[in-house]
Amino acid sequence: MAYNKKAAEDYAAKNNIPAFKGVFANSPQLEDITTKQKRKLKPSLEDVIKSSGLKNGGTISFHHAFREGDKVVLQVVKKLAEMGFKDLTIAPSSLLNCHDGLLEFIKSGVIAKIFTSGLRGELGEAISKGIMNTPVQIHSHGGRVHLIQTGEISIDVAFLGVASSDEFGNANGSHGELSCGSLGYAKVDAAYARYVAVLTQDIVEFPNYPASLSQDQVDAVVQVDEVGDPSLISVGAARLTKNPRDLLLARIAASVIENSGYFKAGFSLQTGSGGAATATTIFLGEKMIEKNIKASFALGGVTGSIVDLLKKGMIEAIADVQSFDVDAAQSLRDNPAHTEISANEYANPSSKGAYVDRIDTVLLSALEVDTDFNVNVLTGSDGVLRGASGGHCDVAAAANLTVIVTPLLRARMPCIVDCVNTVVTPGKTVDVVVTDHGIAVNPNNVDLKKRLVDARLPVTTIEELQKKAILLAGKPDPIQYTDKVVAVVRYRDGSVMDIVRQVAS
Amino acid sequence: MKINKRGIAGTLESSDVMVVINPHDSQEIKLIVQSKVEKQFGSSIRKTVKDTLTKCGVLSAVVDVRDQGALDCVIRARVEAAVYRASDEKTVKFGDLS
Repeated sequence: MAYNKKAAEDYAAKNNIPAFKGVFANSPQLEDITTKQKRKLKPSLEDVIKSSGLKNGGTISFHHAFREGDKVVLQVVKKLAEMGFKDLTIAPSSLLNCHDGLLEFIKSGVIAKIFTSGLRGELGEAISKGIMNTPVQIHSHGGRVHLIQTGEISIDVAFLGVASSDEFGNANGSHGELSCGSLGYAKVDAAYARYVAVLTQDIVEFPNYPASLSQDQVDAVVQVDEVGDPSLISVGAARLTKNPRDLLLARIAASVIENSGYFKAGFSLQTGSGGAATATTIFLGEKMIEKNIKASFALGGVTGSIVDLLKKGMIEAIADVQSFDVDAAQSLRDNPAHTEISANEYANPSSKGAYVDRIDTVLLSALEVDTDFNVNVLTGSDGVLRGASGGHCDVAAAANLTVIVTPLLRARMPCIVDCVNTVVTPGKTVDVVVTDHGIAVNPNNVDLKKRLVDARLPVTTIEELQKKAILLAGKPDPIQYTDKVVAVVRYRDGSVMDIVRQVAS
Repeated sequence: MKINKRGIAGTLESSDVMVVINPHDSQEIKLIVQSKVEKQFGSSIRKTVKDTLTKCGVLSAVVDVRDQGALDCVIRARVEAAVYRASDEKTVKFGDLS
């Protein structure tokens, strides 16, 4: 039967389906041949904001792959303030010391609410002193994705700094002069934000591969003067230590893993950031080479010491949600066995399969551990916000063996305490605590304790460690708090794990 | 012991304490304490410094304490050393002042 336009229209109307109205009726972006390929390129950040449709009270998001070198968050918030925006919610994957400048915009009412993994520096202090009316929501890296998927974090505009992008929004963090490595957190924002803007110093020829953020997710691309300073990425948590106490802790921690029962061919590992963790990777690597035990994969938070083991053939693959230093970023770019994964793939408890689910051994640091093995990585011994939830509770929950490393005392402050100031990671998910004064095994894990005792490691109890800390330092006066809640610690499933109160002045 | 001149002991490194002792024009101890663990150990630090000064027989001095989280034994040792350096006492009896 010949084409009958009328019949098609009638059928559409009768069945409540749209009738054909012309090839460009629903894709006007294709109509003008002179603009269609460059339509996402915006002349300025201000133009991006205008075309995003952001309103007062809206939610904006960022990623923290540039860590202390990030130049995007403050640049964007400053611009939003200039344009007169108020009452915004900011939902960066985390905040670091370089974001102290946000304080001014909290005071002026540009920012009304914050979701973040971490808070530090002057910003953390001011929030601990009660500067915000609405408590900050602290989430883990996996928990953030969960909150985005459940709609509690509903991102209107994501501002994502990248190392390179083409004019259509194919972007990555690994290729380009300003390499930050993995865009694991940004991938989630790109997938879920209503409007996705890519900020780059380097607009390259189409197509830009690999496309960590893909053109089908990106609304706008803008060239800016600064997105970040990669030389500052490894400043902060991820550094190689010369501190003899950290080296001692690392040697003991490596021995604990070696004798844990999980140190066998094909095991998987994650070693977080922090001096002792990085050093442990190196010592564990020596044992892997000595005994020719190869790991199936390493996860993280990837540092140069993990990359080194990949190069030596002692680790088969790396799954990288965040590159902690230049070596990791370069390896991600150059080595096909080093793969970028999203925070959803990394650690979201409600994803259909997270990499943390397959981790045998993880090594994590702590600010405080209590006699129930609960871990605080968020508030200092003075009760002030100065840390980050990160992937801590995510990996601890999923790993077969969770090793916490901490000195017994930091200066005069006991790190093994009666009761932590703030619980981020519940004690049930912690197997063993390594200190410079002995090792405490969670009583739930009887087999592990036997193995470590048999290996003649200095095993004691968590209560003994706590007593020893008080014996050396004296008993600290308790921190005074007011009733005002300044932050809420959300567990990885979104539930409320703990609350942080205002520190009394 | 009589405080005749300025005496300094200790450093500003983490876990250490810097103690500066100067002569005072009245018969009392003027004690200034700055500590990064003030909230948890402020009163304990003051007590340790005062007790050590008493054991040294110091009745008049301006004592400036900059604490970086030093343990009690470190505070005592630094105060004693500063007292000796601020006095004309030639015979040092470290750790044997009781």
